[in-house]
Amino acid sequence: MKIPLSWLREYVDVNIDVDELAHRLTMAGNEVDSIERFGHTDNVAVGKVLRVGPHPNADRLKLVQVDDGEGVHEVVCGAPNVAEGQKIAYASIGAELFDPYSDEPGKTRRLRRSKIRGVESSGMVCSEKELGIGDDHDGIIVLPESAVVGTPIGDVIGDAVLDIELTPNRPDCLGVVGVARDVAALTGETLRFPSLEYETDGPNVDELAKVTVVDGDLSPRYLGAVIRNVKIGPSPQWLQERLLAIGERPINNIVDATNFVMFELGQPLHAFDYDKVVDRHVIVRRATQGEILTTLDGVDRKLDTESLLIADPERGIGLAGIMGGENTEISETTDNIFLESANFNPQNNRRTAGMLGMRSEATLRFEKGLRAGLAEVAIKRCLRIILEVAGGEVAPGLIDEWPGKGSEQEYVDLTRDHISRVMGVEYPIEQVKSTLNALGFEIETLNQNIGDGWRVAIPYWRSDIAIPEDLVEELARIIGYDDLPATVVAGRVPSWEPGAKHLFRQRVVDALTAVGMRQTITYAAIADELEEKAPPPPPRPGSDGVADGIKLDNPVSGQHATLRRSLRAPTLESAARNTRTWRGPVALFETGLVFASNPDPDEALPLQNERLTGVLTGPRNDTLWGRDTDNFDFYDAKGAVEHVLESLGIDAQFIPLEDATYAQGMAAEVVTNDRRGTPIGTIGVVDTAIWERFDAESEGAVMFELDMEALRSIVGDKTRADNYAPYPRYPDSQRDLALVADAGVHVGDAIRICEQNRLVKSASVFDVYEGGGVGEGKKSIGIRVIYQSDSRTLTSEQVSRAEEQILRRLEHELGVTLRN
Amino acid sequence: MAESAAASTQELERAALDSLAAAKSETELEDWRIAYLGRRGELSVRLRSVGSLPAEQRREAGASLNRLKSRLTTAFDEAVQTASQSGRETAPLDAIDITLPGRRSKLGGLHPSEMMMREILEVFNDMGFQTVEGPIVELEKYNFDMLNVPPDHPARDLQDTLWIDRKSRDKVLLRTQTSPMQIRTMEKQKPPVRIVSPGLCFRHEATDATHEWQFHQVEGLAVDEGVTMSDLKGTLYEFTRRIFGTQRKIRFRCDYFPFVEPGVDVSVDWNGRWVEIMGAGMVHPKVLEGVGYDSSKYTGFAFGMGPERIAMLRYNIEDIRHFFSNDLRFLSQF
Repeated sequence: MKIPLSWLREYVDVNIDVDELAHRLTMAGNEVDSIERFGHTDNVAVGKVLRVGPHPNADRLKLVQVDDGEGVHEVVCGAPNVAEGQKIAYASIGAELFDPYSDEPGKTRRLRRSKIRGVESSGMVCSEKELGIGDDHDGIIVLPESAVVGTPIGDVIGDAVLDIELTPNRPDCLGVVGVARDVAALTGETLRFPSLEYETDGPNVDELAKVTVVDGDLSPRYLGAVIRNVKIGPSPQWLQERLLAIGERPINNIVDATNFVMFELGQPLHAFDYDKVVDRHVIVRRATQGEILTTLDGVDRKLDTESLLIADPERGIGLAGIMGGENTEISETTDNIFLESANFNPQNNRRTAGMLGMRSEATLRFEKGLRAGLAEVAIKRCLRIILEVAGGEVAPGLIDEWPGKGSEQEYVDLTRDHISRVMGVEYPIEQVKSTLNALGFEIETLNQNIGDGWRVAIPYWRSDIAIPEDLVEELARIIGYDDLPATVVAGRVPSWEPGAKHLFRQRVVDALTAVGMRQTITYAAIADELEEKAPPPPPRPGSDGVADGIKLDNPVSGQHATLRRSLRAPTLESAARNTRTWRGPVALFETGLVFASNPDPDEALPLQNERLTGVLTGPRNDTLWGRDTDNFDFYDAKGAVEHVLESLGIDAQFIPLEDATYAQGMAAEVVTNDRRGTPIGTIGVVDTAIWERFDAESEGAVMFELDMEALRSIVGDKTRADNYAPYPRYPDSQRDLALVADAGVHVGDAIRICEQNRLVKSASVFDVYEGGGVGEGKKSIGIRVIYQSDSRTLTSEQVSRAEEQILRRLEHELGVTLRN
Repeated sequence: MAESAAASTQELERAALDSLAAAKSETELEDWRIAYLGRRGELSVRLRSVGSLPAEQRREAGASLNRLKSRLTTAFDEAVQTASQSGRETAPLDAIDITLPGRRSKLGGLHPSEMMMREILEVFNDMGFQTVEGPIVELEKYNFDMLNVPPDHPARDLQDTLWIDRKSRDKVLLRTQTSPMQIRTMEKQKPPVRIVSPGLCFRHEATDATHEWQFHQVEGLAVDEGVTMSDLKGTLYEFTRRIFGTQRKIRFRCDYFPFVEPGVDVSVDWNGRWVEIMGAGMVHPKVLEGVGYDSSKYTGFAFGMGPERIAMLRYNIEDIRHFFSNDLRFLSQF
């Protein structure tokens, strides 16, 4: 809502500067977004013309002596209208003035000391155009006699327009008077309410028109008036200027008058051409299904049975509270007017406007809810304005159909206890009373039986006051929050609920960042084409829902049309994109929700399960010195997963996996190492064809996925180790086995055989080698075995016996033998 | 005899100090120590021979020799010290190339939004607020209706909604705020309630440097008997001090959010200007009644903030779109 200072000043004195005013309004809830200033020019002030004499070298120029309060200056002036004794706008040297001769709009020039036809001019007497407040450059601006010499020019002729971003609860401030009321309360000034007086003439309104409200639920109050013999024409200057200042186009004096009152008081009104209303009978009713009304803008509107229509006995003549009908529009030939000021149901008004895609100034106000009392005040005000700008005779009386009479809440009881209960402080009684009074609330002391406080009447302009808290906010916003103490929440601390998802997630995320991976966060809704690049894993029967992606009704764009079914494609895409701009290792992971339709038809919400996907691509190391230069491979992904599992204390095994996103034979499913074998994730080399779809600059990628829901339920609340175990007190022995095996033998099986020996503490691979020196189709495996007992120091013979047992099993079960 | 003994002690001292001055290397010094201070060294031999002196001389001779021993020991310690220092002086300062990079494991990192959220949550966790999470795809009743935003309410214009299914019986949407967790928590739990709820939110908005259609929010809620607006101010003041620095001030100004009354907008002083960092207020009695709380007994406050906006302030990030670009050139700076 644009609020010109000049208009605001009609209703309240503003004795603080505009920035301070904007600040106070903002703090009180009417946020001033911007201030647009007009006519403010530095170094231009009110001056008085002391003497006008001839220029020695030019007939058309004059020498003018100007007093600007600081001294007397001699100025060369060519304006024909300059005269002694005038108050004028004097620009001193350095003023930045608009160039009246430039073709470029808004071009300014700095005023310099200069000689004009041989006489030095110290300053200038300004025209409208030079100050940028009008187009007139035929003469100088003559200021009113009351202007005080030396006052900055902006304070005399300037204006400022505050652009206030109003909150939906304050439709009263969609009128300048509403803002003025806040300004009055904030600055201690008194509101000057505009006059509602007007003269009437001729037959009573009841004899001239009739109103029937059929659907009182949607039109709680409907007021009508008739003005006869108006003279339609352009509005007078003052009214046009008021509307232009807030960016509204003047139309004609009648429409302008209704608009003016809407912007003044916040109540939309509508004027019908009285003679075009059939039988002079206005009917307020729901439309019939498919009924068509042509609105003022020439558009045919197709209505439904919930659309509220203003009609006459034959047809619709207006869309209630949204826009008038073309058939009863005010035109140049209009003589008589039926003026409507009504109260409409806000939800219904918003619904219909939304359905028709119409956002009018009227809807903006009605949808927020207006009180029925406002309609009566506004119609009186509007009648006064119409008489002033269009003449005619107002018929005595008002038609007032008020089916909703008595249904509005009239007062709120506010106790002192309630104020301190909400705010944590007590406001002094006098401060409460004076603040509420300043905002125009009428208060009376509350009956002692109810409490210590006040019964506060809800005024006709405030539709947002219903409960004591609303009044507490009124107090707080005017008094301000700066002096409110800062205390801490006292009392009971709620009991801690175990199993917090974020704590579990932190453990997983921290395990991955510890191995050098970076967390990413991508969009939850993605393009179908992206998802198709790396299809999600096939759904597990019964657990993952239906495989179809869930579409958004109104996505922001096709790039974000469908809820993601997995994190595969988004993470692969993030990784691939980085390979084009990042030289080092690209090791990314994301943990987030994936979505699937709910197999349970009674559940409205889809399945929303947390998954984690990691992708590693490019070189394993970014510092080459002392490091290998290889690219990430399967075992980097597996290592990351093992790291997570270790940090969670989960024992897992890896079994071969078929999954189209992974290269055949280079993928594993991760399952718990227990009888249940719960699936918890996958690891693999990304299929080459799939990786190519992402236009990466690296040669390949490895990926892993973890089912965060499964992991969390396995881990439960337990910490890393189930139980502490005393560490062994007897020394260990270390022996290396150099083995030869068929190339197809799984090293993991050999390790398992080693570790199954009861004297073996651990076994680890230190080398795997195929090629020269090892036979064709063979590989050499180096395993380091640690032998240790909890009860005694092992002798060399005991270790050797255990080693023999292991070697026998290796040979028997895997065909693995010692290397010579 | 006594004089000659004294004279010979002086000679011994001179000779010892001369040869000590000549000893440079560790071995030479060690040889010297054995020769003079060792068990079979000159001094020990002489000390042992004191017993053979006449009784009246013994005391004097013994004391004199012991003083000498102490002087020589001090001289020796100093000589060793000097020798070791001169040894360091001759060693080169760049025996190894310390400019070669360290052999280190790679550092990963959190996404800046997650990092910021963890920091924010920690502050409130410390004040007894427990972290809870909820669904991203949400029911209309939790996202709007039960938060005092009925259908066809103009407050819905404040948050343009992305709908999953606008037509079904239970309308389904992408949550526009984390506030639904207020309702979900209060439905399950009786007061006292003290929660913070982080997570992704979505709005149908055009994307630019300050707007994203996807963003995170952290919601807070405290409900109990006697919770006041002053408590809200104190809680958020503590938050501001910990996130933005102890010298920071906060400012409340009146604002409107349908689920609080009074509602405020919270700003922090940031390099000389007030910057809005969150919306907050006292939980609207209708919201409390809606979940079956007695609003005449309980009061509460709620607040909501955007971790990305706070991170943008803290780290001087000019464009919110960086957050979901997942570009390592951006991520690696955190």
